[in-house]
Amino acid sequence: MRGEDRTSRLSARQKYALAALLSILVTGSAALAQMSAVPELSGANPPMDNVAADPIPRWVTDDVRKMRAYPEQPPVIPHSIQGYQLSVNTNRCLSCHKREFTQGSGAPMISVTHYMNRDGQMLADVSPRRYFCTACHVPQADTAPLVDNVFKDMIELGVEHAGDE
Amino acid sequence: MTAEPTRRDVLKAQAAAIAAAAAGIALPASAQPVPGGVSALEIKWSKAPCRFCGTGCGVMVGVKDGQVVATHGDMQAEVNRGLNCIKGYFLSKIMYGEDRLTTPLMRKRNGVFDKEGDFEPVSWDEAFDVMADKCKQVLRDKGPTAIGMFGSGQWTIFEGYAATKLMRAGFRSNNLDPNARHCMASAATAFIRAFGSDEPMGCYDDFEHADAFVLWGSNMAEMHPILWTRVADRRLGNPHVRCAVLSTFTHRSMDLTDIPIIFKPGTDLAILNYIANHIIQTGRVNERFINDHTTFMRGVVDIGYGLRTEHELEINATGASDPGRMEPIDFETFKQFVSNYTLEMAAELSGADPGFLEELAELYADPAKKVMSLWTMGFNQHVRGVWANHMVYNIHLLTGKISEPGNSPFSLTGQPSACGTAREVGTFAHRLPADLVVTNPEHRHHAEEIWGLPEGLLPDQPGYHAVQQDRMLRDGLLNFYWIQVNNNLQAAPNNSQETYPGYRNPDNFIVVSDAYPTVTAMAADVILPAAMWVEKEGAYGNAERRTHVWHQLVQAPGEARSDLWQLAEFSKRFTTDEVWPEDMLSANPDYRGRTLFDILFRNGKVDRFPLDELDPEYANNEATEFGFYIQKGLFEEYAEFGRGHGHDLAPYDRYHQERGLRWPVVDGQETRWRYREGHDPYVKPGEGVKFYGRPDGRAVILAVPYEPPAESPDDEYDLWLVTGRVLEHWHSGSMTMRVPELYRAFPGAVCFMNADDARRKGLNQGMEVRVVSRRGEIRSRIETQGRNRMPRGVVFVPWFDASQLINKVTLDATDPISKQTDFKKCAVKIERLA
Repeated sequence: MRGEDRTSRLSARQKYALAALLSILVTGSAALAQMSAVPELSGANPPMDNVAADPIPRWVTDDVRKMRAYPEQPPVIPHSIQGYQLSVNTNRCLSCHKREFTQGSGAPMISVTHYMNRDGQMLADVSPRRYFCTACHVPQADTAPLVDNVFKDMIELGVEHAGDE
Repeated sequence: MTAEPTRRDVLKAQAAAIAAAAAGIALPASAQPVPGGVSALEIKWSKAPCRFCGTGCGVMVGVKDGQVVATHGDMQAEVNRGLNCIKGYFLSKIMYGEDRLTTPLMRKRNGVFDKEGDFEPVSWDEAFDVMADKCKQVLRDKGPTAIGMFGSGQWTIFEGYAATKLMRAGFRSNNLDPNARHCMASAATAFIRAFGSDEPMGCYDDFEHADAFVLWGSNMAEMHPILWTRVADRRLGNPHVRCAVLSTFTHRSMDLTDIPIIFKPGTDLAILNYIANHIIQTGRVNERFINDHTTFMRGVVDIGYGLRTEHELEINATGASDPGRMEPIDFETFKQFVSNYTLEMAAELSGADPGFLEELAELYADPAKKVMSLWTMGFNQHVRGVWANHMVYNIHLLTGKISEPGNSPFSLTGQPSACGTAREVGTFAHRLPADLVVTNPEHRHHAEEIWGLPEGLLPDQPGYHAVQQDRMLRDGLLNFYWIQVNNNLQAAPNNSQETYPGYRNPDNFIVVSDAYPTVTAMAADVILPAAMWVEKEGAYGNAERRTHVWHQLVQAPGEARSDLWQLAEFSKRFTTDEVWPEDMLSANPDYRGRTLFDILFRNGKVDRFPLDELDPEYANNEATEFGFYIQKGLFEEYAEFGRGHGHDLAPYDRYHQERGLRWPVVDGQETRWRYREGHDPYVKPGEGVKFYGRPDGRAVILAVPYEPPAESPDDEYDLWLVTGRVLEHWHSGSMTMRVPELYRAFPGAVCFMNADDARRKGLNQGMEVRVVSRRGEIRSRIETQGRNRMPRGVVFVPWFDASQLINKVTLDATDPISKQTDFKKCAVKIERLA
């Protein structure tokens, strides 16, 4: 799966480090040398220097659902939403993800919470407060993280799983 | 409701229900067989406010094995009722960026501090020793005006309060300013000038009562997404509701709008005066209201642009010496003044469609429509930001549409405690807590009494504001400088000319406390690793006057410590003999030889709550270390300033039980609409409406004109540059860029540009370009198809990306009254990269 293959790519910070290393080799400047215990800057180094702007990355459009980091996380969008109209008149997302359209579209139905009003009461249709999908659901660029994150999944923290033994 | 459930019961039940709802399962009465029992699956849930914007959403934070493992919107929080935006949903990950700072770092060479050396890990003692030495040296050589601190609207209330005490009472310097200066100083200043008291009269309940919403320079759909859900709920759920959005370019908030208005940068002033004129000309002034509750004033004009005093724009400005002056006028004079602002004139100047302008004016003029006006940086980051704020109050006051449900001029804020800490605690260079100011002798005396200080100790001159601090650092007049909870090298205007040189000036010693290695931290001399968000007990105040407290839920990594601990611990290294003048000490010998920690924190007030008042369910590192419940002590001492004076806070412990309370909290009740009888306990029966912040009880309607921006496009620099934010990143991105999902959602800044403009210059989508101004340049990529659709002649570049420091390009022009930078208007050219 394209979205999960991280090993073949350098993280963006590693690229900066590589560029910094090259510039040390080229310019002989020792000012950029840093101890390993000292964190790297994210951005240019020295900070006021101009650096090349990375190309605008492509979006992940493989339609493969990504596991959520925890159950409440809004799922990310594994397809292109370029040109989707999301306005007072029309909502392209709902035309596939709303309950009554999911059988035809095969798209996952939006969560039941989206049918609740402010007081937690179920409505007959999607709550207007949930109308603008992109406030919570975002597509993902096909790029490595800028900085890795050491967040631990709850399932790794002392949970023994029913049915595993 | 019969038996009162405990807080813990409520939290647990609520969390379980949410988890069940989210997972789409019914909660079983007895769980299925689970190895290790159900307890192995349990997550400890606690409440906290969100770490990001000024909306102040409630979140439930799930902790397991000492880690935050999940977060979700708090169903019980009035603000957001179970919702979060994309940033809020990823709060779980903001503390876990791999490059968290875990040890103090100092620039050293050959084992000792050297400004030109490289960062090396040091102990807290070594860091504080060198800092104290430098601080004392500067105090001896140059005195208190060479000491400065730059704080934040992200400080907790206790941290801001401790900082203001340490700077003003300890070091006797008013050179304390928050990054909130960049964010809402214009709003705060206009509140004081128009109503005599800072912060909104209304609250978020107005969203459910308004018939019309008008966004003045605010893209709520991206920057206040959860408040936008309340606007969407109201607009889409009630067909009569209308929504107008004014902006200098088309953005996501336009998706909900009935009245979209794109205007030329700066001309909102003319549109606002046109609306006032329209209300008057069509006979819709609420005469009883203006006669009973308002007073008319005229402001001084041609007030300059807050640039360095030697700049020709300042030399030529006739009103620059006293830009805030106002003089009384009458209604007829005001009427005459705005009569020049006809529909034709406003349309011509702004380039906006006259039909839409008239429709907009009618929303305000129609007495049957309840209108909520909302604004953020489009108004506040404006060389005439204070005027713009006044002008929107003008139209609400002329029609009496204020201080009642649904009729609400509402200034939104961008930081979680811009109101709670920067404004209410008063961490600005001229302010003290609860709307008091350093220039008023009675106010200083009151503060000295509450703080237990010798009379006359507090300095009476306002300190350097944010932009002035940078200039004074560069000029070598400000030499010891401590930055906490913000990334000002990325945020400050014209930073390569005016900010960075000051940090690296050999005369200066720069300390930065942060959780991550930001550009600001890496340009410092000492970096102190900070505990963040739920790694400490905290309190924030949101945009609707809501004070919200949380417990420490996890431990910070390594040796990271909270800003509160850093401030209090550092104060132990100074005695009064070292920092106070001899005449003060000889007149008050009891104060001799005591540490600043004794004076400021072990003063019989801050230390009066013992450790057994802590909730045993939660850790509290600062209290444990100092031996008393320091957060509660600071809060209760601070609350003395406001109780009985219109800023009443509830007893501290109650805030641990509530999803925040809106001040003034009188007799246990919060206040939703200030200045209105029946809602605000400070308005007496029979008074109806009273703007009691001002001595005459009347709000100010101010006559001020349109004046042009500091810099406009010309033949060479032919485009307007507007900077701002995006939904997925918060401010400088130091937290959100470290959450992989948020990073991937918007991995780098781009230059949003009109497609015709691009074609004319031979540029294509995605092409790399230089964005160049008279100050500096960056490299970026052209985006003509993105979420922001630019009109001809305007480009937009967000500032979250440390590899594209757009503030190298911006201009350090400020509103001369509020000293807030205009980040929305300067001239640039876009050049293709060879």
